[in-house]
Amino acid sequence: MYIKTDPSEATQIDPLEMPALCPGAMAASTPWVASPDHQTSCGFPGELVDNWKEKAIEKMGELLTKYRSLKVYLDSCVKCGACTDKCHYFLGTGDPKNMPVARQDLLRKVYRRHFTLAGKWFPSLVGAEDLTEEVLNDWYSYFHQCSQCRRCSVFCPYGIDTAEISMAGREILDHIGKGQKYCNEIIGKVHTIGNNLGLRPNALRSTLEGLEEDIEDDTGVPVKLPLDQKGADILLVTPSADFFAEPHIDGLIGYAKVFHAAGASWTISSYASEAANFGMFIGSYENMRQISLRIRQAALDLGVKRIIFGECGHAWRVAYSFLNTLAGPFDFLDPRYPVPQHICEYTWDLIEQGKLQFDKSKNDHIRLTFHDSCNVARATRMGDKPGGQFEIPRAILRTVCNHYFDMPADTIKEATFCCGGGGGLLTDELMDLRKKGASPRMKALQTVQQEHGVTHMAAICAICKTQFSKVMPDHGFERDSILSVHQLVSNAIILEAPQDDD
Amino acid sequence: MGYQWNGQEIAADEEGYLTDLSQWNPELALLIAEDEKVNMTDDHWEVVNFLREYYDEYQIAPAIRVLTKALKKKLGEEKSTNKYLYDLFPYGPAKQACKIAGLPKPTGCV
Repeated sequence: MYIKTDPSEATQIDPLEMPALCPGAMAASTPWVASPDHQTSCGFPGELVDNWKEKAIEKMGELLTKYRSLKVYLDSCVKCGACTDKCHYFLGTGDPKNMPVARQDLLRKVYRRHFTLAGKWFPSLVGAEDLTEEVLNDWYSYFHQCSQCRRCSVFCPYGIDTAEISMAGREILDHIGKGQKYCNEIIGKVHTIGNNLGLRPNALRSTLEGLEEDIEDDTGVPVKLPLDQKGADILLVTPSADFFAEPHIDGLIGYAKVFHAAGASWTISSYASEAANFGMFIGSYENMRQISLRIRQAALDLGVKRIIFGECGHAWRVAYSFLNTLAGPFDFLDPRYPVPQHICEYTWDLIEQGKLQFDKSKNDHIRLTFHDSCNVARATRMGDKPGGQFEIPRAILRTVCNHYFDMPADTIKEATFCCGGGGGLLTDELMDLRKKGASPRMKALQTVQQEHGVTHMAAICAICKTQFSKVMPDHGFERDSILSVHQLVSNAIILEAPQDDD
Repeated sequence: MGYQWNGQEIAADEEGYLTDLSQWNPELALLIAEDEKVNMTDDHWEVVNFLREYYDEYQIAPAIRVLTKALKKKLGEEKSTNKYLYDLFPYGPAKQACKIAGLPKPTGCV
């Protein structure tokens, strides 16, 4: 446990505090169901099919054959209980079905009934159950109370990955016609327009031109944000929230300043104007592949040599872990660079080479901590050393900011808490769940607020940034206390003013 | 969900966003605003009207930064901060103001 420097001054705050059990507390928490249009745009039946029970079992059988891991996870749980108090949604709601083991069991009990000998013959002895409407409703409710952050799997002695189980649950739901509106509407927009927002090329161009004006007004330096520039060296793929929301857009400005300072040739693509890949949230390989192929296509069309991803948590997981399988081979890119690279790797590399100059005092009004986004922390790496995904963002922050403090060790790095809005749950109708799920992270933040006077938190994920700007005001912070990592870079970077020709 | 306006049933989605954008009119906007507990003043209308103009051209709501910049040009420094927008539309200028303006909800990680 975290040792407080002066217990007399600090209120006792324990981010890991075990809640009182409230069975059924969150049973009514369900996201809006996808409309027939949203469903069909992702290749799923428009509404709940008549023979949904048979179809669901059939799909489960298919997934068990396709993903060996799923079968191992469903078979290997010994009910040791190590995961029970590791989920932020359980800690925030006290609903026992949000204990990772119990959430897994919603699928496991049906698996046992249909796919194990003991479950077929002696269901009640082995916790096997039929798929009833009640079970189906539980699936819909509780598989949308898992943000697929995988904190529980860090503590599971067998490494059971609850995220994969909730992805399988959602995939089955999609295939019987009961998908979730938020994810499926967004995926449809990526397929047709190229990004989650539905931002068309003319709107994107206008937004980027506006940012160029703002940066020049602010710094006197003509920093460009090129769009669809053929022959550029670098394709930047970033979440479309970076073109729209705060503080995301300040991070985008930071990337542009870094590219400018490095003298790099780079471009954004209007065709692949989205880093996020919601296909992963719904466990759909096919949707994930189609979204990834847009990036490949854009890289080919623009003739770039490198692909760099902006600040987006699960995008980096898909990019780092799956991009080559989904959309490779990328043998047409420059083999001297990793495929793909993270913007933090790119910036840190330049810092190490001494190519960027900073005035750290520009961030002196900020006392900072860093929130490790779950997908970056537990499913990826950065750089060429283990733990680079933790150290590189922190190294950048320490380079640009004088006052940096980590939150308690059991709430960061591989033990980080989800922001409460990940995994396709960042939707308004789930606000109650989101607020409750954010509470462990908020408590951890309050400990460093009390002990070190921390005023701001930085993150490298679009979802985290939006979620925190929504929930932080409930915990005594301003809405703009959540920052993009490259926003801090942007504040401190020294850009060379252009030579005056006159 | 939907709105009763002028003896007609105006269709909306689960969250109250109009499903047919062409059905929007200023009176309906007042009705939506009432549901949102937003008391529409001239300042609110400045925002709503800008959103609609921007949408006409780009088929999407503007980034918050684009909105604040436009307001700054027109109304000055004071009426162009994020805080000012949140004071007008407490649930968030993008989502709540879009709903009142009869525009679709911005989707994604926003």
